[in-house]
Amino acid sequence: MRKPVEQIEEATILFAGDSGDGSQTIGTQMTETTALVGNDVATLPDYPAEIRAPAGSLAGVSGFQLHFSSEQIHTPGDLCDVLVAMNPAALKVHLNKLKPNGILIVNSDNFARRNLRLAGYEEDPLEDDKLTKYQVFRVELTQLTRKALEATQLSNPEIDRCKNFFALGMILWLYNRPMEYTMKWIKAKFARKPEYVESNILALRAGNIYCEATEQFAVSYDVKPAEFEPGTYRNIEGNMATVLGLVAASHQSGLPLVYGSYPITPASDILHGLAQYRNFGVVTMQMEDEIAAVGVAIGASFSGSLGVTGSSGPGLALKSEAINLAMIAELPLVICNIQRAGPSTGMPTKTEQSDLLQMFYGRNGESPLPIIAPSRPFDCFEAVYEACRIAVKYRTPVIFLSDLYIAMGAEPWKIPQLSELPEIRPDFAVSADTRNGFEPYLRDPETLARPWAKPGTAGLEHRIGGLEKSDVTGHVSYDAENHQRMVEIRAEKVAGIADELPPTEVFGAQEGDILLLGWGGTYGAIRTTAENCIADGLPIGHVHLRHLNPFPKDLADILQRFKKILIPEQNSGQLRQLIRSTYLIDAVGLNKVQGQPFHVFELASKIDEMLKEIGHA
Amino acid sequence: MRSKRTSRIPAGVPTLSKKDFESDQDVRWCPGCGDYSILAQTQRIMPELGIPKENIVFISGIGCSSRFPYYMDTYGFHTIHGRAPTIASGVKMANPDLSVWIITGDGDALSIGGNHFIHLMRRNFDVNVLLFNNRIYGLTKGQYSPTSEQGKQTKSTPLGSVDTPFNPISLALASGATFVARSLDRDPNHLRAIIKSAFEHKGTSFIEIYQNCNVFNDGAFFQYTEKDTKADNTVVLEHNEPLVFGTEHDKGIRLNGFQPEVVNTTNGEYSTEDLIVHDQYAENTTLANFLARMSDTTDMPDPIGIFRSVRQSCYEDLVTNQIRTAKELTGDGNLEALLNAGETWTVS
Repeated sequence: MRKPVEQIEEATILFAGDSGDGSQTIGTQMTETTALVGNDVATLPDYPAEIRAPAGSLAGVSGFQLHFSSEQIHTPGDLCDVLVAMNPAALKVHLNKLKPNGILIVNSDNFARRNLRLAGYEEDPLEDDKLTKYQVFRVELTQLTRKALEATQLSNPEIDRCKNFFALGMILWLYNRPMEYTMKWIKAKFARKPEYVESNILALRAGNIYCEATEQFAVSYDVKPAEFEPGTYRNIEGNMATVLGLVAASHQSGLPLVYGSYPITPASDILHGLAQYRNFGVVTMQMEDEIAAVGVAIGASFSGSLGVTGSSGPGLALKSEAINLAMIAELPLVICNIQRAGPSTGMPTKTEQSDLLQMFYGRNGESPLPIIAPSRPFDCFEAVYEACRIAVKYRTPVIFLSDLYIAMGAEPWKIPQLSELPEIRPDFAVSADTRNGFEPYLRDPETLARPWAKPGTAGLEHRIGGLEKSDVTGHVSYDAENHQRMVEIRAEKVAGIADELPPTEVFGAQEGDILLLGWGGTYGAIRTTAENCIADGLPIGHVHLRHLNPFPKDLADILQRFKKILIPEQNSGQLRQLIRSTYLIDAVGLNKVQGQPFHVFELASKIDEMLKEIGHA
Repeated sequence: MRSKRTSRIPAGVPTLSKKDFESDQDVRWCPGCGDYSILAQTQRIMPELGIPKENIVFISGIGCSSRFPYYMDTYGFHTIHGRAPTIASGVKMANPDLSVWIITGDGDALSIGGNHFIHLMRRNFDVNVLLFNNRIYGLTKGQYSPTSEQGKQTKSTPLGSVDTPFNPISLALASGATFVARSLDRDPNHLRAIIKSAFEHKGTSFIEIYQNCNVFNDGAFFQYTEKDTKADNTVVLEHNEPLVFGTEHDKGIRLNGFQPEVVNTTNGEYSTEDLIVHDQYAENTTLANFLARMSDTTDMPDPIGIFRSVRQSCYEDLVTNQIRTAKELTGDGNLEALLNAGETWTVS
């Protein structure tokens, strides 16, 4: 008999195990199914930089957290309702994220003395009373999977690799989700290995049937579909949305896309993604280093293509001289920086927002560049498309400043109609229409953009380079006044982009006590906090900046309307520094540099503290 | 002549002259610099290539030689130190119809740009590289370069440099270059012929040009370039011809075991039959490598000419083929279908 089903609004699940245990795979599958049954969903993959750290060690723990709801949500959840721990190390690392009375599912087969020791447990935590505040389910996942698959021809190690699907089968049962989407995925994934299709599906079913048969769980749960605006949706990760945004910009502008890159976490998936689209004329070039990667993109732009390069902070450091060349040569170029925790190699698989000032100032000389930051996974599509549009319109490199949290996170995306996409017009120069012949630095009076004349166009032969240019003619110039003028024009050109920015959206209170000002991947935590405050009747607003350079023109006025400005950032206060120096405002920071995103409660307690200071009753 | 992708000037269009390739900018190298000759020979040979000048792009890095594009009335891009090969690769990939020329020096190509240089060679884009080797840093006023001889005394090495120099020809060959040649700033006819051969080669063509820096390293190559010493110190490589040199054409090079040996072909002991015969089209690089290193042996002449010229697939053609094949298999990319790919659901 089917156990009672309890209706709940939302749930957070964390899958954790060794790097090789397949937590990312089943986390992704649970996300797909959850999105397809209509919930809103947000994810947080959290894995080590080592491909296979020693088995059973704390360093090797890989986790995948997903939060789903019948309401709109913006974060992967602070604390979890369910923790699936495939070994003692996973339990040790993640137990503090489980809510009191939360469901803890452990693979008890992995709690032998050796594994306990590797995780630093003196005693078996399943045997003492440390876990009494949770609902503990000890499941012999390894043995049960072996039993379910004993009729197959697979070896034990092969069978053991299926146990993640046994665990997923259990979770799908617990939340009343269908298995069909996962089965479909397994069939496609292992199309060339039918024996793996069979074994993984068997394991998935076995986990599901295990829950049904053993009546382990007193109840199962259901989360009703969330309300979404009408439209067609798909689930998407930030890097994939970036890929689609780039392909869309290329397609809509008619400019062939040339993407130069060098493998680096967490940007490599953009290279992998784009490499699939040769049928869109997309050229991906995996180059010998970061400098060559930006070099080919600049060359392609000079030739009249859409040149794009992508990397993370360390790669951006190497590219900076070449980016400056594109800046002074005034060529379109898009640079994707998928930030990770620095400095130096830092923590390659952990998130951070600490490259903002590097993107502003990390080049020699006066080198202003537009900077555009997506706020959430699906927003990468629009933000990178906007970066391409501005690069082409203003003939300038543009920084697309994403971060690991957005890049690897996934959520439902309302697929846009092609007709909604803004126009991108290359407007190549086709003839020399001045008396002096072609003048490569004769600007459009409105945008200050210079003409883009691609090689192969007769009569427009010209030379550009990294030496200072004479205004209008583009000849090499060491003239003192000309240099000052050119520095000013280049700055004015970038600043002028603010003229076309739409009014800034202020969420919540339009004036009042505190304005939460954010950018990038902190969107989810800030927006959820703001929603909670507003529900409590607090005069709090939220502005999330997409354009970091130039700032929107109405920002100055918005900042004046609040008593306090709080800028939560995953760095030591980089946007705060810019806001303070630009607007002479005493903005307050909340700064977290732990490689982990903000929790909503961290923001909430800061707001409480500030409200007390203001004397808010 | 091998087939080139670069589009040709159609019949009936007036032919260009050297003047058409001279830009309106004043040339600003030191008086007496070898670069003047290389510029002049390049401008002279361009009309003979038969391609419209709007399809020609000169791309350089940083250094004295890298000012070159400013003086050519073609498309040009004076880029950053060592990186010209990367930008040229992007230009060629984005538009394979262009004739792309990389201008570089010994410091630019082999020191700061060493990594890009070797990878350019192995990828075999159909581009041409003119490396002006003067064995010194000129623009920064006289420090030793990666091709300076060991012990070179300069401002930065008052006690003599301690590092072993690169042999650019060897390096290019080791990197898989498909066309490798050497010429001289002071031999205009030879230089023009080699530049033309480089253009006609489909694939990356590398030319090392011995170039005199009369300010900081005057006479570095005089033994190979001056009338009274040239014939005895260089051997001109000609395909299918024995290695003969000397003022009287009486000296030849034979193999004695694995060692090169200079022999007299007129005293009856050896004839031209005994000499090494050059084969620039050999797939195997043994002979080219041997010739590149031959003058390391005392008293051996330095080879001038084409070391190697072989046909291999070009990067841009392989990628273009992948695009064509992908379009044949799945049709031209449909953006709407792409955005709606995978599992989707509709909310009404």
